[in-house]
Amino acid sequence: MSLNIIVLAKQVPDTRNVGKDAMKADGTINRAALPAIFNPEDLNALEQALRIKDANPGSTVTILTMGLPRAAEVIREAMYRGADGGIVLTDRALGGADTLATSYSLAQAVKKIGNYDIILGGRQAIDGDTAQVGPQIAEKLGIPQVTYAEDILSIGDGKVVVKRRLENGVEVVKAPLPCVVTVNGSAAPCRPRNAQRLMKFKYAVSESEKNGLKPEIAAIVEKRPYLTIKEWGAAFVEADPEQIGLAGSPTKVKAVENVVFTAKENLCMDGKNDAQIEDLVKELIANHTIG
Amino acid sequence: MANFYTDNPDLKHHLNHPMMQKIVALKERNYTDAEKFDYAPINFEDAMDNYDKVLEIVGDICGTTIAENAEGVDHEGPTVADGRVTYASGTQQNLEVCRAAGLMGMSMPRRLGGLNFPITPYIMAADIVSRADTGFENLWGLQDCAETLYEFGNEEQKQKYIPRVCAGETMSMDLTEPDAGSDLQAVMLKATKKEDGTWVLNGVKRFITNGDSDIHLVLARSEEGTTDGRGLSMFIYDKRNGGVNVRRIENKMGIKGSPTCELVYKNAPAELCGDTRMGLIKYVMALMNGARLGIAAQSVGVSELAYREALQYARERMQFGKAIIEFPAVSEMLSIMKAKLDGSRSLLYETARYVDLYKAYEDIAKERSLTPDERKECKQYKKLADALTPMAKGMSSEYCNQNAYDCIQVHGGSGFMKDYACERIYRDARITSIYEGTTQLQVVAAIRHVTTGTYMTLINGYDAVEVREELAGLKENLRAMTAKYQEAVAKVAEVNDQAFTDFMARRLVEMASNVVMGYLLLLDAQRSESFVRTASVYNKMAEAEVAKHSDFIAKFNPAQQELYTVR
Repeated sequence: MSLNIIVLAKQVPDTRNVGKDAMKADGTINRAALPAIFNPEDLNALEQALRIKDANPGSTVTILTMGLPRAAEVIREAMYRGADGGIVLTDRALGGADTLATSYSLAQAVKKIGNYDIILGGRQAIDGDTAQVGPQIAEKLGIPQVTYAEDILSIGDGKVVVKRRLENGVEVVKAPLPCVVTVNGSAAPCRPRNAQRLMKFKYAVSESEKNGLKPEIAAIVEKRPYLTIKEWGAAFVEADPEQIGLAGSPTKVKAVENVVFTAKENLCMDGKNDAQIEDLVKELIANHTIG
Repeated sequence: MANFYTDNPDLKHHLNHPMMQKIVALKERNYTDAEKFDYAPINFEDAMDNYDKVLEIVGDICGTTIAENAEGVDHEGPTVADGRVTYASGTQQNLEVCRAAGLMGMSMPRRLGGLNFPITPYIMAADIVSRADTGFENLWGLQDCAETLYEFGNEEQKQKYIPRVCAGETMSMDLTEPDAGSDLQAVMLKATKKEDGTWVLNGVKRFITNGDSDIHLVLARSEEGTTDGRGLSMFIYDKRNGGVNVRRIENKMGIKGSPTCELVYKNAPAELCGDTRMGLIKYVMALMNGARLGIAAQSVGVSELAYREALQYARERMQFGKAIIEFPAVSEMLSIMKAKLDGSRSLLYETARYVDLYKAYEDIAKERSLTPDERKECKQYKKLADALTPMAKGMSSEYCNQNAYDCIQVHGGSGFMKDYACERIYRDARITSIYEGTTQLQVVAAIRHVTTGTYMTLINGYDAVEVREELAGLKENLRAMTAKYQEAVAKVAEVNDQAFTDFMARRLVEMASNVVMGYLLLLDAQRSESFVRTASVYNKMAEAEVAKHSDFIAKFNPAQQELYTVR
């Protein structure tokens, strides 16, 4: 049985290695100071997709990413690891999108792809940490969603069986296909880049990257269709201009602050008086420190 | 996360050596594979970019998975049950990752599933793997047995076995026996030709690295009644056929993740590789030369790791109110470690390049006859490779042991505890100057290149390269060292006594090595400013070493040799 698998991937600033110049004076991220990487949990999702492909010869893994044209880099990276190809959804009109507008745009792209059996993505991206995009796409497409997936145990007969990693244990669920599965960081790490695939796909480029290629490279790209990464715009995926980009984003960022947690107040109790402890717990619940 | 390739700019410096242009053009037959294979390079830049990017994969895997697993593998080690070996769990994971990354059979041609990499970038990968886990380098590095299979096997054997190696099956070279260690002519494992023309093997092999591998190259006695090397042939044993069991695995001091096996052959079916009687004289010699280059790379990787561990500790460890690196005694130790590391690495890649050149010509000779000029070049490169291989293996293995020793010394009392990597490095390093021929045997292989002048040919070639003003002093020193070396060689030649030459051989080979590495670092400094310091430190050290040997030889009365004869 061959399956059409879509993996949602995002190029993110590497927030795990934040230096002192990571933020600009105006509170926005200084992208130049942070290397752009493949969102880590999207790599876990890619591994799950590739395992499905390994077990089901003939399956295809298509990467879908939304971002600047340079996000084609995550598609190449995925191709080195085993993906068949990908689509960069890129358009000035899509810029400034919050999770609502992003998931709408991506859902439109998925509809354009049309024929799919399962959509996989990381649980969340390390830049925004919202974990909203995957589930919202499922809602917009009207298909089921399985979040916090750690392992796809089986897939077939129109069903997928997924082990979910929850706070206090694991849960195994079965969902009908097609569905969206968001994968947790505790899932198997992604396989490495493969040397042969890297050499085969290193010249893969999106349409906008084709400008400025050396003539001998351009000739190869011309000759080998698999070296073209698709680039789609908002109009191509038939997105409603009102629902995309800044216009489609109800979330407005007023300011971003650097918050450093410090303990300013302290309270000492001898702990001999139960009433004292009870009062403290009530206070902590009231100010949302706990509970 | 660490990437063991990109965090070490010296590697790229060596990869980008000007001689690569010629090596790659030969290896890629002027880039004609690009028409047939979608991953073949279209030109020199493309090929170099491939090496660079693939080494980045190696560095990534090594900096994460393999290095992370090293300690666990050292503790867990492999086990044997019912004649079969099970690797430590970390080793299994390392192999899986290397397979997934397609890093097996790197130097094999594309038509057999390989990457068609020259030896130089392949050896660079070995250098990097060894830094991550020295013992794992053995298992991964045994892929170069495929080189021998490719060189001497018939087409059917190549088609049958090499794609399997490229897909990740492991190999072993079954040479040593209980009574045939350094002296392989004494090998007794019996090969019997059956009536149907096929062969079976019977006997015992000992100290076989990765002895439960998928595909074995076996040295066996095919000529009944013979007792020397001329009765030995090389065979291929395929584990799928059965007939070889692992009786035990050795409990070793170091490289504990690499299973060292005692093998029992009971009517094990095998295929003859090449011609009978050529096993030791031709094929195993080629196999050993490849393996020696591999051990040189392994040694350089160990030196790198030892240096880095020592440097990090010296920067962090505070005593008397400051980091111990601030103390000249510690700092000097570190700069000498670095000089030894850099000298041996330059020698390693110089050797690899000559191996690349002659092997490329030999391979081309299988497709068409070489022109007289090409034949001459090929012969010359082979000679240089033969001269440099024992030098590189001997010196880099001795240096890595010295660096492992100093690494512990920098750690002080903590280094003696099991808490730091340095104790593992010390144990892992120890084998490098022993296996694939002890340092003493490398000297035996190298001395004829002292007496016949191969090393002088190289030295003269290096000396002819113009260097900038700033480096003129270093070059002057090297010329003075060369003069001392030549005087010492002349004195030994004058005595004209084999026993005396044997006695002085180690000193002469070391002098030649010091001069060669001194020049190589000078040329590195000429190409890159970043090598000036290390070239200068090595130059000083080499100067003192050469003076020491020169003085010993000059003042030595051949009659005094008796003093060193212990009975």
